[in-house]
Amino acid sequence: METILTVNHLTKKFGYLTAVNDLSFTIEKGNVYGILGPNGSGKSTTLGIILNVVNRTSGDFSWFEGNTSTHEALKKVGAIIERPNFYPYMTAIQNLQLVCKIKEVPETKIQEKLELVGLWERKDSKFKTYSLGMKQRLAIASALLNDPEILILDEPTNGLDPQGIHQIREIIKTIAGQGTTILLASHLLDEVEKVCSHVVILRKGENLYSGPVDSMLASHGFFELRCGQMDQLQNLLEKNASFGKIENFNGTLTAYLKEEMDAESLNKMLFEKGIVLSHLVKRKESLEEQFLTLTKNN
Amino acid sequence: MLRLLQIEFIKLWNNRASKVLIISYFVLLTSIALIAAIKFDIGPVQFHLADQGIFNFPYIWHFNTFVTALFKLFLAIVIVSMMSNEYSNKTIKQNLIDGLSKKEFILSKLLTVISFALISTVFVFVVSMILGLAYSDYNEMSIIFSDLDFLFAFFVKLVAFFSFCLFLGILVKRSAFALGFLILWSILEQVVFGLLGWKVVSWDTAKHIKNFFPLQSMSNLIKEPFTRLSAVQNIGQQIGEDMKFDYHTYWYEFLIAFVWTAIFIYLSYVLLKKRDL
Repeated sequence: METILTVNHLTKKFGYLTAVNDLSFTIEKGNVYGILGPNGSGKSTTLGIILNVVNRTSGDFSWFEGNTSTHEALKKVGAIIERPNFYPYMTAIQNLQLVCKIKEVPETKIQEKLELVGLWERKDSKFKTYSLGMKQRLAIASALLNDPEILILDEPTNGLDPQGIHQIREIIKTIAGQGTTILLASHLLDEVEKVCSHVVILRKGENLYSGPVDSMLASHGFFELRCGQMDQLQNLLEKNASFGKIENFNGTLTAYLKEEMDAESLNKMLFEKGIVLSHLVKRKESLEEQFLTLTKNN
Repeated sequence: MLRLLQIEFIKLWNNRASKVLIISYFVLLTSIALIAAIKFDIGPVQFHLADQGIFNFPYIWHFNTFVTALFKLFLAIVIVSMMSNEYSNKTIKQNLIDGLSKKEFILSKLLTVISFALISTVFVFVVSMILGLAYSDYNEMSIIFSDLDFLFAFFVKLVAFFSFCLFLGILVKRSAFALGFLILWSILEQVVFGLLGWKVVSWDTAKHIKNFFPLQSMSNLIKEPFTRLSAVQNIGQQIGEDMKFDYHTYWYEFLIAFVWTAIFIYLSYVLLKKRDL
C-alpha cells in the first residue's frame, strides 16, 4: 500500500511545555483517518509541523515516502487549519486564483470546486462579506483545487451552526466517497465516527492508539437484553464464563462479552433454558465510549 | 520568478489602499515636472525656477533623483503593510500550507521590492530626460549621459530602504507599529551619533561611524544637490563661504548599502524560518 505520510518520533516543545511527545504514525493512501484528542492534546501542533508552519523540536516526518521536499509535497495536499485564512479584500475567485498560482495548477477547476461547495453564486463577493460557514466552505474549495492526494481538515465544523456543520459533513462524505485520503482532526467523536476508518488518539501529546477504528479496544462488544424473567436471566449470565460485567439499568440488562459470541447462539442458548427474550441487540462500544475508556485508563 | 511576481501582484493590486498609494506615488514622481512651472513675476523681480539651471544636464540627474527619493515613503507604507498584513490576516500561514516555501515567500517580496525600485528608476529617467531636453542649456550627447550613476544610486537606495521596510514588517507584524519603528529608528541613529560625538569619541570619528548606520548609509548614496546650484554657489562666494563639497558616491558607500540590504533580507528569512506561525 502506498504511504502518504510517515511521522517518526516527532516532538515539539514550547518552552517547558511538551505539546507533542515522541509521536509516530503513518497515513496510507485511500483510508480516512481521524486524529482524536481532547483540547490541547497536540492535534493542531502536529498538523502544523507536517504542514511546514510549526518548527519541530526533534524527530522527523516525510511526505510521499520522502521523494520530495515538504513544500513541493504540500502542493499535492489540501489543508484547512482551524480558521479559514484568505485575503479579506479579495473576492472568492481572486483568492482561488492566487491559490492556483501558488500550487501551480491551472485555474480551470475554480468553477467546479466552487459549485461543489455551493459558492458559485457568491463568487464575486469579497471574502470579508462571507459568513463563517461560507468562509469554511471556501477553504474546502481552495483545498480541493489541486485534486489533492490527501485532504487535511483541522476542526472543520468548529464554531458553525447546525446547518453549517451538516453542509461541511456532507461535503466531507462526498469527498471521502471519491476515494480521497482524508485526515480529520477533531474532538467531536460522532463526526469522526461517521466518516473515519482509522484513528490516531492523542492525549497530552502522546500517542495512545493508532490503527483501525474497529480494533481500538480489545473488546468483543456487549448485548442489550430484555425479557419477562430478568432475575433468572441475570443469574444465568453471571454463571456463564463468556460474560464479564453485567449491568441492570432501567429494565435493560447489559452484558459485556469476554469472548466472541454471536447473537444467534445466545438467543438459542437462552431459549433452551426457557428464557424468551423480548429485546436482543449486540453492539460494539461507540467511539465515544472507547475513547473515554482509552483516555481514562492510561 | 515570474510566478512569484504574479502572486504578489494579485495580492497588491486587488487591495484598494495599496493600489491608490502606488498610483499616487507614480503620479507624484511625474509631478516633479511641475517644478518647471514655478514662476514668480512680481514687477521687477522675475524668477523662473526652470531658468536657474536645475534642469541642466547632468545636474538634473542629481537633483531629480534626490527629490523623488523623498516620495519613497509612500511605497514604504505599501511595503510594510503588504508584509504585516500577511501576519494579521494569517494568510502567510495559508500560503505556506498551500505549498509556498519560506524561501519563495521572502523571494516574492524581494522581487516586488526590486520591481518597485526598477520601475521608479525608469520613471525618473524618462521624466528627467524630457525635462532636461526641454529646459537644459546643454544638449550634447556626452553631457546628457554623464553622471548617470545617480540613477544607479537611486535604485540601490530604494532597494535598501524597501528591504529595511520588509524586515520591519516581518519583525513587528503590525504595519502602524512598523512605520512608527521606522521613524523611531531614524531618530535613534541621530541620537546615537550625538552621544558618540559628545561623550565617546571625537565628532570626526562619530561622523565616520554614522556612515555605517543603515538609514545614513542610504542617504549617503545621493547627497543633497542644492549647494551645487550655481545660484547658491554665487551667494556662498559673496558671503565668503567656500562651498566645495564632494557630491559623488564612492564604491564603499554602495558597499555599505549593499551589505545592509543583504542583512535585512537574510534576517527576514531567519525570522520567518524560526517563528512558529
